[in-house]
Order: sequence, then structure tokens, then C-alpha cells
Amino acid sequence: MKITKIVPRLIWSALIVSILGACGGGENNVTIGNRESVLHWGNGDEPQELDPHIITGVPEHHLMIALLEGLVLKDPTTLEPIPGVAESWTISEDGTVYTFKIRDNAKWSNGDPLTAEDFRWSWERSLLPALGNQYSYMAFPIKNAQAFSTGELTDFSQVGVKVLDKLTLEVTLNNPTPYFLQLLDHYSMFPVHRATIEKHGEPGERGTRWTRVGSFVGNGPFILKQWDLNKVLIVEKSPTYWDRDTVKLNGIHFHPTQNITTEERMFRAGQLHYTNVVPPEKILNYRENNPESLHVSPYLGTYFYRINTRVKHLSDARVRKALALSIDRKSLVKNVTKAGEIPAYTFTPPNTLGYTANLSESFNPEKARALLAEAGYPGGQGFPATEILYNTHEGHRKLAVAIQQMWKKELNVEITLLNQDWKVYLDTETSGNYEISRAGWIGDYVDPNTFLDLWLKDGGNNRTGWSNEEYERLVFQEAPQAKTQEARYEAFRKAEQILLDEMPIILVYTYVSKHLVHPSVKGLPGNLMDYPSYKNMYLSDESQSGLQ
Amino acid sequence: MTSAKEFDDEQGVSLWQDAWVRLQHNRLALLGMGVLIFMIVIALITPWIVPYSYEEQDLMLGAAPPSMAHWLGTDVLGRDMLTRVMYGGRVSLMVGFIATGVALLIGVVYGAVAGYVGGRVDAAMMRLVDILYALPFMIFIILLMVLFGRNMLLLFLAIGAVEWLTMARIVRGQVLSLRQQEFVEAAISIGLSPWTIIRRHIIPNTLGPVIVYTTLTIPSVMLLEAFLSFLGLGIQPPQSSWGLLISYGVETMEEYPWLLIYPGLTLSIALFALNFLGDGLRDALDPKASKD
Amino acid sequence: MLRFILSRLLQAVPVLLVVITVTFFLIHSVPGGPFSADRAVAPAVMKALNAQYKLDLPVWQQYTSYVGDLLTGDLGPSFKYPGRSVNEMIYAGLPNTVELGFYAMLVAVCIGVVAGVIAALKPNTKQDYIPMSLAMIGICMPSFLLGPLLVLVCGIWMDWLPVSGWGDIPGDKILPALTLGSAYAAYIARLSRGGMLEVMSQDYIRTARAKGLSEWVVVLKHGLRGGLIPVTAFLGPAFAGLLSGSFVVETIFQIPGLGRFYVQAAFNRDYTMIMGTTIFFSTAIIFFNLFSDVLATWLDPKLRQQFQGGK
Repeated sequence: MKITKIVPRLIWSALIVSILGACGGGENNVTIGNRESVLHWGNGDEPQELDPHIITGVPEHHLMIALLEGLVLKDPTTLEPIPGVAESWTISEDGTVYTFKIRDNAKWSNGDPLTAEDFRWSWERSLLPALGNQYSYMAFPIKNAQAFSTGELTDFSQVGVKVLDKLTLEVTLNNPTPYFLQLLDHYSMFPVHRATIEKHGEPGERGTRWTRVGSFVGNGPFILKQWDLNKVLIVEKSPTYWDRDTVKLNGIHFHPTQNITTEERMFRAGQLHYTNVVPPEKILNYRENNPESLHVSPYLGTYFYRINTRVKHLSDARVRKALALSIDRKSLVKNVTKAGEIPAYTFTPPNTLGYTANLSESFNPEKARALLAEAGYPGGQGFPATEILYNTHEGHRKLAVAIQQMWKKELNVEITLLNQDWKVYLDTETSGNYEISRAGWIGDYVDPNTFLDLWLKDGGNNRTGWSNEEYERLVFQEAPQAKTQEARYEAFRKAEQILLDEMPIILVYTYVSKHLVHPSVKGLPGNLMDYPSYKNMYLSDESQSGLQ
Repeated sequence: MTSAKEFDDEQGVSLWQDAWVRLQHNRLALLGMGVLIFMIVIALITPWIVPYSYEEQDLMLGAAPPSMAHWLGTDVLGRDMLTRVMYGGRVSLMVGFIATGVALLIGVVYGAVAGYVGGRVDAAMMRLVDILYALPFMIFIILLMVLFGRNMLLLFLAIGAVEWLTMARIVRGQVLSLRQQEFVEAAISIGLSPWTIIRRHIIPNTLGPVIVYTTLTIPSVMLLEAFLSFLGLGIQPPQSSWGLLISYGVETMEEYPWLLIYPGLTLSIALFALNFLGDGLRDALDPKASKD
Repeated sequence: MLRFILSRLLQAVPVLLVVITVTFFLIHSVPGGPFSADRAVAPAVMKALNAQYKLDLPVWQQYTSYVGDLLTGDLGPSFKYPGRSVNEMIYAGLPNTVELGFYAMLVAVCIGVVAGVIAALKPNTKQDYIPMSLAMIGICMPSFLLGPLLVLVCGIWMDWLPVSGWGDIPGDKILPALTLGSAYAAYIARLSRGGMLEVMSQDYIRTARAKGLSEWVVVLKHGLRGGLIPVTAFLGPAFAGLLSGSFVVETIFQIPGLGRFYVQAAFNRDYTMIMGTTIFFSTAIIFFNLFSDVLATWLDPKLRQQFQGGK
């Protein structure tokens, strides 16, 4: 055989052998993880930062609850407040003064004891205007907190946070706020280690090196071990955490998983115990063949479209109602989103801590057409060009296209679509340069207030140009001052009725959280805020690795 | 001695005829040409022959495999794939041809001028090309599309602006070498105007490499558009291009493989055809063809 | 030769300056600042953020401040990832992209040269058509089509190879390298085929054969050197192409490389990161082009003479 024939063949054989040799070997993460009690968690986007007073996203939130702990925690199933760093608390008669008793065995990861002063200092830092904490509003129920955060007030001792003694913290609120305890579980209210921060820079300085591996000091069930950018972030069980006997996991690997298709493949290949989302097209398959891995539960959020009421033809409530009535939400959640989302007829998700608003009308194309004609556009004639704005995302696109078609079919109106990147889309929406814009709102805590306080006139999150005096009175005056839960909810109900009558927004569906979870993962019951309690989770390694 | 006109006419005719004969021997190239013509014709008459509208949805149906009603199946919103592939072809081919046309126009003019004038003007012009060559264009295109929103015009301009450089280089190289040849010197000495010389002598002789390069640029432009669409920066829904259809198909390739296969196949075939044709043309027009 | 290199390096400076300026003003001319967020940001907070990142200064002042920092090698903090500097992120992502590029290039050269040489030895026969058509697959199938298909076949159906990750599991680098390298394998195949064809028809090859040297020696020793010149000239542009190809491949396979960082930075409006990566890529491309030109010159006796003799 000629040399020129042998050599290429040798090369090919070598390639094939090396490929085969590289295949199939090695155990996957789930097998090893189950054995060593290490959880592999698909965490969505790469986390921005580890400073709880700067971050803003859900991936970061997961890291924060692993590395830090606030005064109060939430029960993994009911989301009721349970003791965290504070072992007990008392609330005054009028509901405005909370006194927290910090447990004496709470420690930082470097052994320092946790004190009430830690919390006072941390909250002061969190509210510093220079720091630019986008969630500073979590603290606003506290007396004078808002004034301090805008720089109006520079003396923090005037803010309603007092250290009574080493382990006792007294907090004074503006109004009785039933959901205040829930706010304390938000990362912007977490404590940070003063000495570490001051070692690396000013308290109000963003992005100093105090959060690096090796410097980070936290008080949570886990400590920061390793962070390879865009690859993996590893935390290990903390030896100093006060409740370390409850913690069964030895460590968690947080994997950044932006590509949802790849994430699902990783799950199938046994590389992840838990995925951040489930690609919609795979849901049916899992429901039929592997239902134990599919975890779907109601989520405290509403998917809706904002309508810019400043635009002439959209300022007529009849037009808005016509648009809302000609969407078949049942069809959308069944055929487009497919994960078991719930068609939304109220803005606040039903049964939010026992509150359910009165339902708005469902799919009614005849009435829609009648309303449109009444408003001056019979049969869709003369209806000005209207555009749906959405941020670039597969799911939003599909919905927008489907809704566009529904409006065309039922009302005979021409709608165009425009998608923009997240940042541009936010800018466009905020500056009011849109007609209809896709939106979603996730509750910050479980209480109707977090949904209804959006619609403050010209409020930063309103963006529709809609406002209503009676609505504002009900939400911002009557409800906070209500004497009973019932009265409070009644005020909310009336307010929401106004909102739904005027329809500055078009409701689409109530979110569900959907994840793929390996059967070996226990202690993850699923709750309304999709909040994982890592210290209660454990891996039982009876199941086989990987799913075929 | 033959007159200048007869001389160069003779040269021109025999070169083309020769090339055509050579091309005919290359069966792959002919196949490519045939496929390409077929696709162009279909793309042109698409609006009149499609069975469905490209945005008509059937949410109840969802993604269905190929059937008598839908020859290539439907996508996740129940839209007919055959229609979408045909419309996608229209868009992809259009982007391919137009953007290449833009590149061609700029590149040929620029290169011809540089090569013909020569000297310092040429050096300066080519220096600019070198500088632009060094820029990471993909980065700029991404940036442009992200920052300025996505519209077709910007897409054409952006792509065209990337591809003209090599065209300019090729044309300039050709023109430079041609200019030094005897028959051009002869033409100049006779007193023909530069424009006549360019028109009659230079351009016909540069046409060869230009045609070849154009035929080979079109597929890379189409790839570029597909690539941008994959990142979400190219063609926007509800329009579709092959690239966009492929990126959707990739997401669901395990459940609904037909959503990936058909657009993928059509794009690949189109690219194959163009490349084989381009190769064939190059072999045919290049006098130093492979013989032994 | 040295003068050539020096003059090219000098030319690089204005090019980079143009790149920096154009990119900078492009980014700052459009909507969607880095701090736009879903929850409305209180004005006081916005003010603090803008001040810390110097976004409240007039644009030209930001520019001069940026260039000043650049001269000291400081690319600034990332906007999206507050705790990290752009330098750090580049250092983190770069090795992965380089490794990917290297393996891809390896794949491309091995497959491409072998295919091209085999094809050139018996032109217009099956030995020519088959390798060239296979190589064509690389050109005609976009990486985002080829990659997922390879993933489907090798990763899922056959379960031969891992489908994501980089360095976690042995063999997880194969599919990405293959995907990225195939397009260039095709070009290299064509170039080496063309180059070999041209060289093999030269007189000195006939002489070598006439001298009785074995075909192998003829091909390797005499043919290859000349035949590969067009390949080396191609390496420069290939490198630039690999960089852009890495965007898609890194996204598909979840590789934490610079390409993916760049695309994300663009979508996130992470100004400093965009600037930093653009400058970095431009510099890299310029150097690589220079390198490949030098290599081509060194290999091609004609060009080398031009430099040693004239100028």
C-alpha cells in the first residue's frame, strides 16, 4: 500500500480511537453528588455579585440564602415567618414596634459573634445613597428609612432602628405593616460583616473585593469556597453556623445555565440535580414519561401587558377592554406556554395569603367587538397601528405572536411586534415610548400590597400613565390603616376592582414555577415564592444516576 | 497586425467560450447551477404558490409532523413549514444577493480605481483597506445590531460593509497586473482614454475573478445572516429566514426534528450549490487549470 | 524583515485608536444604559450609580478618562458584574477561548491538509471529489446547525461524547472543537488542494520524480512546503474567523470563554466589558495577521527575496 494512503488512515484511526477513549468514562455529577452529599444546582444566569446590598436577581438570591441569613426565615412550605438569627420577637400592641432577640450562638463564618449592632450597621449601609441599592425600598416601612436613603436625612440615629443591648434590636415602623417580618428575609436586609467591608474599602463603595473567595465572611449555612467565572460557584457547609446540625448537605455547586436547552440536556445526562427552568416543548414529554422529575407549582407572579393610556386610541377604556376580552387565555396556556400556567383574571394572584380579588371577565369576543365599535372602530376599521413591545425571549415572542393573531382574528385589527433587548426594552417602557408592552411582576413578599402598590400615579413601576384617586386612597391610606385583616383585604378588593374595570393592563396568566428535580433531592417542597431552603435539603442516594 | 478592437474581441470571446466548455465538464458545478436557478425561481414566485400564509397559526394543532395537509409539517404555533421555508428562502437569498451586490459595487469600484491609478493613491487606498481588515467586524456588526435595533437595511449595509474589502483587494490585484500587460500599454500608446481602456480591456478581464468571488461571497453572506439570526440579531419574527428557522428548530430538535431538518437541509443545499458553482467557475475561468 | 515587522506594529496604533474611539462613541450614543432595571430605580440611587461609574460626566470627558486608564492597562470595572474588573474577566475567559481555538485549528489543519493533499494527488477523480465534498460540509453547514446535530448524534443518541461543559468531563472538548474547526477544515482543504495542485505541476517536482525519489518524499519534502503557503496566509483571517465563530460555539456548548462574554456584554450594555473585549480582539487579530504574514513570507522564497533584496 502506498505511503500516501497509509498515513491518512493512521491519522483517522488515531482520531477515532481517541474519541472512543474519551467517551463514556467517568461518573456524572449526580452519582458523585449523591454519594458525597453535594448538590448540583442549575442557577440560570451567571451571578453578578455577592454583596447582598447591591445585587438584584434570582440567581444571586439563591446564593445569598446559602451564604447569609437574616433575622427571620420563611417556612419552606407555608412561607410563614420562622426564627432565623433572631430566636424570638415581640410586636407592640399597635403593631409598629418590633423587638428582636438575637440568639447567642449565632456566629459569622470567621467565628465572630453576631450582634444587634451588626444589623443596625448593615441596614444603615444598605440604605446609604452612594451604594445604589435597588432594593432599598424593602426597608421603607421603617421610620425615616426612606428619608435616609434619599439623602434627605443624614443622621441614621433618627431612623427607627435601635440597639437596646448586645443581642436585642428594636425596630419602629411608620405604620402597622403585616408583612414586615417577610421583608426581613430579603437579601437587602441581610447582615454584612463590618470589619471585612471596612478592610476592603468604604461602606458605600460598590464592588470592592470583600466578596472575593477568601475574603467573604457570612453567617449562613454555607461558606464560599470557589468561584470560576461562568463555570461554577462552590459553597461548603459552614462549621460555625448556629443550626449546622440541621444542615445535611456538604456543599452546593451552583452552575450557570443560561441556555435552557443545554440545561435540560445536562439534567438528562445527570450533570444537574435541579434545573432553573424547563423548556416548554419538553414539558409534555416529562409529564408522560418522567413526572416525578417535573416540579410545577404556583408562583407569586402575574404575566401581563401594560397599555400606554397616554396614547390617544388607548386612552379609551372600551378599547382596552375590547383588547382584553378578545384573548383566549385558556388556549394560550394550553397551546403556547404549556406548563400549567393559570389564566389570570385578577392582577394579584388568587389566594395570596388568603386574599382573592373579584374576577374580571373572561374570553368574550362578541362583547369585545361591540365595545370596539362603540369606541368608534367598528369591525376594526380605522384602528391605528398598534405595536406590542417585548423583550427578546422565546416565550414572550410566542405569546406575542399568538395574541397578535387573536386580535387580528377577533377584532380585525393590525398589530405589529417589536422586540428589544432587556435593557433597551426597559428604557423604552420607562420613557413611555410604547403602545402595548409585555410585562411581568413577581411579588417581593406574600401580600397583596406588593402587587397593588405598583399603580401609584407616575410611580416608577407604573409606566402606563394611568392613575385613579380612589384607587390610591384605598391602597395607600385605607388599607395600611385598617384595623383588621378583613377590612384591609376589603379595601384591596375594592381597589383591584377599579383596576380591573379600567384595564390599564391586560392580564394574561399567573406564573407557575417549573423545574426539573432529580428524585434523590429531598426537602424541596415548592412554595409560592419558589424559595429553596438549602439548610433543609438533603440527598438520598437510593436512586440511580442519570435518566434515560 | 490586427486592430486593437479586433484583438481584444478575439481574446475575450475565446476565453469565455473556453470557460463555458470547461464548466460543462464539471458536473458538480452544473448541478449547483441548476439547483440555484430552481431555488431562485421558487423564491420569486413564492407569494403566488404558497398553500398557507406564513403567519397563519393553528394553536390547537401545534407542531405536527409532515402530512398530506402540511408537506413539511407545522411549527409549534401550527404554522405551515413548507410556507415558512419558502418565505425563509426568499429572505435568505435576498439578503445574500443584495448584501453581496452592495459589497460588489463598493469593492469593484474601489479596487479598480486603486489598481488603475496606482502609485501613492493606490498605496493610500489599500492602507485603508488594511486598517479596516484589522477590525473585528463580527464584533461591530453584533454591536450595531444590538444597539440600533434590527432592520433589514442596516443588516444589508452591515454585511456589505464587511465583505467589500476582499473584493476590493482582488479587483485591485487583477487591475494592477493587467495594467502592466502589453496590450494595455499598447492601448494607452494608441491614445485610448482611461475610461475606454477600463471598460474594454480591464473590466472584461477582471470579470472572471469577480464572478467567482461573488458566487463564493453569497454563501458566506447567507451564513453571516443565519448566524446573526441565531443570536437573535438578524431577521425578526414574524418574518423568517432559513437561519432563524434553524435556530428555532435547534431548540426542539429532539421532539420535532422536522423543524430543524428541512430548513437546515435547504440552507445547506443552497450553500453547496453556490460553492460548487463558484468552484467550477473558478476552475473554468482560470487558465492554469488542473490538468495533470 | 525587522523593518517590516516594526512598520506593521506602528501601523497598528492608529488602527487601534480608531477602533477604540468608534466603539466608545457607538456604545454611548444609544439607549438602554447599564442600570436600567425592571424595578424602577429611585432617582437618588440612579444618581449614585451614575456618579460612581462616571456616567454623569459629558461623553468626551468619559472618553478621555477611559483612554487615560487604558494606557495604564486598566480596562475598568465591569458594569454588569460590579465586583469584577474587565481585566479579570478577560483573563478568566481568554484561556478557554484560546484553547478552543487551538483545538479547532488543530482539527481544521489536520483534516483540511490531509483532505486537500489527498485530493490534489488525483484531481478530478473520486479521490478528489469525496474528500472535498466532505470538507464542504464544514463550509455549508453553519456551526449552529452542525453543533447541535453533532450533539444529537454523538451526545444523545449514541451517548459517545459529553454535550456541554469544558474541562469537567474527559472528552467534552471534542465536540466544540470539531464544530468550530470544520468550517476552517473546508477552507484549508481547498487552499491546500489548490496550492498542491499548483506546486505539483511545477518543473521542480517533475525533476524530483525523474530523479527517482519516492512519491512520499516528493510530496512531503518538495510539494508540501510550497503547497502550504496559501494556507499560512489564510491563518490570519482564520484566526479572526475562529474568534467570531467562538461566539456561537461557546453559547451552544456553554463554554465560559471570551466570545460568550462578549455577546452577553453587548446584550447587557456592559460598556466597559464591550470596550475591553473589542480592544482585546482587535489587538489579537492585528498581531495574528502580522504573524501569519511573516510566516507566509518566510515560507515563500519569492516573497522573502523581496524583503531581503529591496526596500
